[in-house]
Amino acid sequence: MQANVGAVDATVPQQEARARRDARHDRLFSWLLKGCALLVLACLLGAAGATLWGGRHAFGTFGWHFLVSDAWDPGSDTYGALVPVYGTLMTSFIALVIAVPISFGIALYLSEVAPPWLRTPVASAIELLAGIPSIIYGMWGLFIFAPFFADHIKPWLTNYLGNKPDDGKLSWVAQHTFLGKLFGSDYPFGASILTAGIVLAVMIIPFISSVMREVFQTVPSRLKESAYALGSSTWEVSWDIVLPYTRSAVIGGIFLGLGRALGETMAVTFVLGNAMQLSASILDPGASIASTIANQFSEAAGLQKSSLMALAFLLFVVTFIVLLIARWMLRQLAHKEGR
Amino acid sequence: MAGNSMLYSKRRIKNIIALSLSVVATLIGLVFLAWILWETLQQGIAALKPQLFIKITAYGEDGGLANAMVGSFIINLIGILIATPIGVLAGTWLAEYANGTKLGESIRFLNDILLSAPSIVLGLFVYTIIVLPSTSLTNGSTTFSGWAGGVALALIALPVIVRTSDEMLRLVPSTLREASLSLGIPQWKLTTQILIRAARSGIITGVLLALARISGETAPLLFTAFGNNYMTFNPSDKMSSLPQMIYQYANDPGEGLHAIAWAGAFVLTMFVLLLSLASRLVLSRSKVSHD
Repeated sequence: MQANVGAVDATVPQQEARARRDARHDRLFSWLLKGCALLVLACLLGAAGATLWGGRHAFGTFGWHFLVSDAWDPGSDTYGALVPVYGTLMTSFIALVIAVPISFGIALYLSEVAPPWLRTPVASAIELLAGIPSIIYGMWGLFIFAPFFADHIKPWLTNYLGNKPDDGKLSWVAQHTFLGKLFGSDYPFGASILTAGIVLAVMIIPFISSVMREVFQTVPSRLKESAYALGSSTWEVSWDIVLPYTRSAVIGGIFLGLGRALGETMAVTFVLGNAMQLSASILDPGASIASTIANQFSEAAGLQKSSLMALAFLLFVVTFIVLLIARWMLRQLAHKEGR
Repeated sequence: MAGNSMLYSKRRIKNIIALSLSVVATLIGLVFLAWILWETLQQGIAALKPQLFIKITAYGEDGGLANAMVGSFIINLIGILIATPIGVLAGTWLAEYANGTKLGESIRFLNDILLSAPSIVLGLFVYTIIVLPSTSLTNGSTTFSGWAGGVALALIALPVIVRTSDEMLRLVPSTLREASLSLGIPQWKLTTQILIRAARSGIITGVLLALARISGETAPLLFTAFGNNYMTFNPSDKMSSLPQMIYQYANDPGEGLHAIAWAGAFVLTMFVLLLSLASRLVLSRSKVSHD
């Protein structure tokens, strides 16, 4: 017994040394971890910095004119961002217009309408859409959807809504509304801004609908049950109780989808037609920032390369802001839940 | 009374219409999924030939995709090997060291943004920091390389791994931490030997998901690994990859090349879908074992 206590006493300096060693290792380890975490920050800053640095010639040469000029002419070495910026915004906007109602419908179906045994398989199937690589969307868009669109959808749109119908007879809609310009086209192929918008919509539907479904499930059931008890229909509960309760997160999910759509490269490059022209019609081919970079960067040099870098910087900044809003909105609901 | 019943049937009809529309929306989503998968399967299987896995792309229509598959394997491996340690450590820092601090919260927030940042811009970033400097080292001949491609993919895999490690570690019960710390174990040992081990299956899931994500990426490889029609195992060379070859062949007017592109698309889709299935299995098995 006595000897035992003595042995413990003898190891006190050893223990202290060990504690110091542990503390040192702990400190080193936490620095290592922190360094790795700061790399995430470095990636974002680096991506913004590198593209800004690469685009400095373009910004310096054209100034603010770069943003509003629709010229993109390697022959005379003048470049403006308007055509690709318009293409990016327009395709993403079309994608949202199509994807938001469909995603809402899917989320509504999965959280309120479908029989419970069907919910998990259908939700997994929709999520499978998010897992398909964008290059596959591109191929499907180029070889399958664009020809289908050109054969079956586009003629209908140009003839009944557009201002350039095949038989020359303008419909009432084309004469009296802005839709005439929007759908007027004599370009015979399937690649167009609208096609790209539709393909993008299919791509972002799983993102938006899974966010919506998740946040719909956070609505306290006593809230929904109270509404049902007062005699509300399923639709009224969804529209007047669930949607207002989850509004900020739903908007966040939509912006998340928008962020995806803005930066998507491959799927869009295949079906947009890659024409550096500004057209009022969404049935004409166009170009987006990402598709322009993908198509031209390897062969570009000098000012053209710098202009492409400048485009990438614009894309990065816009996506960053959109995603910032998305995450901030999504966080609002998390705070509400935590309260 | 009559007004009441009219109001009632109006609400009923509105409800039925809205709910039917939700069914239609779901069907639209499922139809597109079925359509894309069906075309990939049908066109891909029709074009599947053994030479696809043996011959290289230099033979064009008579060739295969062997060099692209090898290139994809090597570039993805580099990407995952870089991203996994950094991502797991960063995720650990977020979950264990910086939970609740301002810097931790901001990095978690920015990581979520990096998760959906445009991959083509990340490709240009790697082009600027790796391809351009190494070009100036070699007297101006542009030095695209498998390494650069791997780093670009690592940047895309990183946020996925950070996020899943962070989430999985935060799911580890805090009694485990308290029990270990009360035994006098230093925190670094607690983290590496107990917490990361407890969250292992979740972290593996994250790595598999990240692999699934990067193996379909094309845009960041265009200006980093570039492409190569010959077989190479050396990452310092230009390297082709499956998605990049599909992109090139699909844009080519040659019908024979389109068939090869479809076959490649089929192989790629199967690989990615099997990976995400595997990641689900890992996660569900771990859930069972915890119970």
